[in-house]
Amino acid sequence: MATIILFAPLIGALICGFGWRFIGETAGQVITTALVFLAAFLSWVIFLGFDGETQHIQILRWVESGSLATDWAIRLDRMTAIMLVVVNSVSALVHLYSFGYMAHDENWHHGEHYKARFFAYLSFFTFAMLTLVTSDNLLQMFFGWEGVGVASYLLIGFYYRKPSANAAAIKAFVVNRVGDFGFALGIFALFYLTGSIRFDDVFAAGPMLAETQLHFLWTEWNAANLIGVLLFIGAMGKSAQLLLHTWLPDAMEGPTPVSALIHAATMVTAGVFLVCRMSPIFEYAPEATTFITVLGATTAFFAATVGLVQNDIKRVIAYSTCSQLGYMFVAAGVGVYSVAMFHLFTHAFFKAMLFLGAGSVIHATHHEQDMRNYGGLRKKIPLTFWAMMIGTLAITGVGIPLTHYGFAGFLSKDAVIESAWVGNSYAFWMLVIAACMTSFYSWRLMFLTFFGESRAHGHDAHGHGHDAHGHDDHHHEPHESPMVMLIPLGVLALGAVFSGMLWYNVFFGDETKLRAWFGMEAAAHHEAGADEGHAEAAATEGHADPVATEGHAEVATEEHADAGHAVGVAPKGAIFIGPDNHVIHAAHEAPKWVKVSPFIAMVLGFLLAYQFYIRRPDWPGRLARAQAPLYNFLLNKWYFDEIYDFVFVRPAKWLGAFLWKRGDGNVIDGGINGLAMGVIPFFTRLAGKAQSGYIFHYAFAMVIGIALLITWMTMTGGAH
Amino acid sequence: MISTDLSVVLPEITLAVFAMAALMFGAFAGKDKVAPLLTWVTAAVFAGLAIWIGAGVDGARPAFGGLFQDDPFARFAKVVVLLSAGAVLVMSQDYMQRRGLLRFEFPILAALSVLGMMLMVSAGDLMSLYMALELQSLALYVLAAMRRDAAKSTEAGMKYFVLGALSSGLLLYGASLTYGFAGTTQFAGIMEKVHHGEMPLGLLFGLVFMLSGLAFKVSAAPFHMWTPDVYEGSPTPVTAFFATAPKVAAVALLARVVQDAFGHVPGDWGQVLAALAVASMFLGAIAAIGQRDLKRLMAYSSIAHMGFALMGLAVGTVAGVQATLIYMAIYVTMNIGTFAFIMSLERDGKPVTSIDSLHMFSRVSPGKTMAVLVLMFSLAGVPPMLGFFGKFYVLRAAVDGGMLWLAVAGAVASVIGAFYYLRIVYFMCFGRDGEVVESRMSPAQFVALAGSALVMLVGIFNLFGIEPLAALAAETLVR
Repeated sequence: MATIILFAPLIGALICGFGWRFIGETAGQVITTALVFLAAFLSWVIFLGFDGETQHIQILRWVESGSLATDWAIRLDRMTAIMLVVVNSVSALVHLYSFGYMAHDENWHHGEHYKARFFAYLSFFTFAMLTLVTSDNLLQMFFGWEGVGVASYLLIGFYYRKPSANAAAIKAFVVNRVGDFGFALGIFALFYLTGSIRFDDVFAAGPMLAETQLHFLWTEWNAANLIGVLLFIGAMGKSAQLLLHTWLPDAMEGPTPVSALIHAATMVTAGVFLVCRMSPIFEYAPEATTFITVLGATTAFFAATVGLVQNDIKRVIAYSTCSQLGYMFVAAGVGVYSVAMFHLFTHAFFKAMLFLGAGSVIHATHHEQDMRNYGGLRKKIPLTFWAMMIGTLAITGVGIPLTHYGFAGFLSKDAVIESAWVGNSYAFWMLVIAACMTSFYSWRLMFLTFFGESRAHGHDAHGHGHDAHGHDDHHHEPHESPMVMLIPLGVLALGAVFSGMLWYNVFFGDETKLRAWFGMEAAAHHEAGADEGHAEAAATEGHADPVATEGHAEVATEEHADAGHAVGVAPKGAIFIGPDNHVIHAAHEAPKWVKVSPFIAMVLGFLLAYQFYIRRPDWPGRLARAQAPLYNFLLNKWYFDEIYDFVFVRPAKWLGAFLWKRGDGNVIDGGINGLAMGVIPFFTRLAGKAQSGYIFHYAFAMVIGIALLITWMTMTGGAH
Repeated sequence: MISTDLSVVLPEITLAVFAMAALMFGAFAGKDKVAPLLTWVTAAVFAGLAIWIGAGVDGARPAFGGLFQDDPFARFAKVVVLLSAGAVLVMSQDYMQRRGLLRFEFPILAALSVLGMMLMVSAGDLMSLYMALELQSLALYVLAAMRRDAAKSTEAGMKYFVLGALSSGLLLYGASLTYGFAGTTQFAGIMEKVHHGEMPLGLLFGLVFMLSGLAFKVSAAPFHMWTPDVYEGSPTPVTAFFATAPKVAAVALLARVVQDAFGHVPGDWGQVLAALAVASMFLGAIAAIGQRDLKRLMAYSSIAHMGFALMGLAVGTVAGVQATLIYMAIYVTMNIGTFAFIMSLERDGKPVTSIDSLHMFSRVSPGKTMAVLVLMFSLAGVPPMLGFFGKFYVLRAAVDGGMLWLAVAGAVASVIGAFYYLRIVYFMCFGRDGEVVESRMSPAQFVALAGSALVMLVGIFNLFGIEPLAALAAETLVR
């Protein structure tokens, strides 16, 4: 079944991509969509019926070279099952949605065929993403990792006539290379130290890595930490974390369904998936996980601040994605991998929905993306409005405080924040502030788009050249999108509302269920230890209770003996929670104010947005003028692009131009040409002159020749 | 005793008797009228002898007290010489006849020259060496000057003769020095003299002089100067003859002298041969670039190819000799095809040999262009043509024999040399428009051109089985 899920999208992509000329574009679209829906259906079957026991399904023996032996196999465990559902569901809905969205694209001339290509790319992406999440070893994962990179490149640059789209595609690709370099180094280091890249072997080596030192870049490193950081650099690239985030907003150049599928729900979460998948390593890499936590929190904060002032509807959501990914990394960094996966899971639904809703708005307004030109759309596109409303309620985290009833984002985000409180206070405060800002920019988006007066024509003078053209062409009113676009919104809305409540316990709420759900050992004595130690722990610092460990010396030694015994055997389950990791437990015991804080932040954000955009719409402009430097700083995304341009892009271009013009042009071409057109012809002329035709010259040459030979032989050879 | 010796040299005796009989027949039966017949008969005799020698006894049979050596090495060289000479005769007949050049002496002189070559490759003594060499050379001098009414032809014959005399002098001087210091003219005796690893200075002088004399015959630089002039001046069939059989014989003779007489001091002559090889390869490659005449171009081409052949000999190993033998066989085949093409070129009935006349030849005759393209690529040593494998064998022998620098030099030289071969192809396929040359071919020429092009392509599978034969020949020579 898993094999069918994996290959159905590939088959669809091949048929549609290469065969659409024979079967027609529409048939190609239908086939790809049907196959992805089949995969999605089977994924749900697996997900709901899965017992948590890890399975390996070998497909073929892939690479055997020296000591490197790798199968192409599917690793089916809880993580995979979750990702299968996320990827295939969103992908299927996006396929369906694209029927409507891509029906009449103004970027293409009449009669040009682009739909089959688009659907083939989408299906190809789905296949690559499935390869990534089903991988049984690092090489396979890297293959999927690069595959989604390629698909992302192709889809961002889908409108290849737009220079900005091409630039964005290249940017995404290049920035991801930086991350991939770190990822590749991490894989190499793992292979170097463990002699294998199979997950089971690598995971089993976790404790060993923690005690290994590695020399790298003039410094001694702890192997586990080094590998953790390198792998995380890969994750940073893919998941658009701070420093490597610049490609994600630009990636919005792609068609909106692509943004929903790739740049919100699936590909960008691959980094989170990677960190969770490698949890048996990260559990032994405390410095690396601290790094992840801090960077994730900073990203969440940074992206939220930028999101506050953006005017392009898709860019707001893109920064929101970036910010939410930061949340996930904080969860993974503090050691609650299940919570990271939980947020990934719920986020996929509501963020895909927001994007598809934004796409619906863009579709309705004839490819207008500037929110300043929206306004008052609530009545014209009511279904889209309600879908967006649900998405906003979900992302801002609306729910009943201190209970487990609320929208998906309420449960998962609060879980992240509570875990962060246990793990890292810096991260906790950053996330709470970010939650406030999330609420603000989300509601700002809602108010600007759907409330107030329509500004559709008043702002044409603002100079959006092509937008103005669009309006010239269609002077009709915004219209509601067709059903193929609304149905996916409805389905995702279900997820955005219920996915949090339904799976709260297994991801975060109940640790016993959680362990069973992820197929981990029940850890009976471990829990007993935690329980008793907890009496002191709750009263004092929190987790990592040395007293408890001491108090249970026998248990602990026994456990360590077990662990020592178990070296060479991978820990059971989809994720691994180290014996000293009690974050979940401590998070459940967090004080009430901690649990309420995200809710308060959310309400605060909402009220601010309401004040700014409904009650006093003149405030934003005044504030922006009053705080011009800050406003510009945020509007220009903290000047990251400018700094990178100055520090990296221009020197690289200069170096490239130098090597091209001077190195290649002058030195190499010059050398070859000089040799071929100068030196050799010179000797040719010389030889021609010697060939005078006079017999005495010839005889002279012979005599000279023999004289030289004799002299040379007498001096070097013969006489020995 | 004497009857055994005679039976060993029976093929040579047969050829000698045939040559004299043919001379009588030609002189009394009708002079030039019987020339075509004689040409074909001579070619047939060559072919017959080649089969006889090729399929005859095996093993080594010395005769006349070591003056004459009949061994697999000699037989290999003789077969190549005979077959190539026969092929050249066959494809020359039409050309010579149409231009009124076909004298009945032509096949007879070729036969006498081939007789000299057969004796050369079997020489076991300095005296028989010199005698055979002179028999071959004298016939060639006359052949070069066969067009008595053409200044260029007589000039070529004259130059060849004078310089050939000089080289003979060098050779003789070397031979006498060798005799003086070794006390014998027999190769086996000389071998014994240097057996103790010690080489008297006089013997070394003798060796170098003899090598210089022989280098003239193979036209290795700096003893090559005669080659372009003689190739250009002689009638094209004679040039084709010069470029094939005598080269094989001279290389084989060179191999025999250095291996049979001086086999114990490979370092000494290896050094000389390597120097000659490098000089030849580079001179052949560089000087050919300036040429505007196909025949002169082929002269430099043959100089460069001789450099490669000498490279194999310079290594001094079995693999080296084997590589040289294979190289020569391939070289001869390529040259037969190329000269068949050159002979066919004409404009208004007059022979044309200018490179510029080839512009856009592919329009006239795409099939022939294709064949010439294959031959040129093969001459340049471009895989997968057979010429590449010839070079490959030699280079591998050099690398295995520890002469890496020689192999590198050879590779560089072949890169430079590729230019002028490819330029011919370029002119033929993409050249400028203009008056196009004609190509009139006799069936024999066509078979030679197409056949050799085909061999260049098909031969890569197993080299027509000459590899083990060359290996056997090399093993009997190198001891």
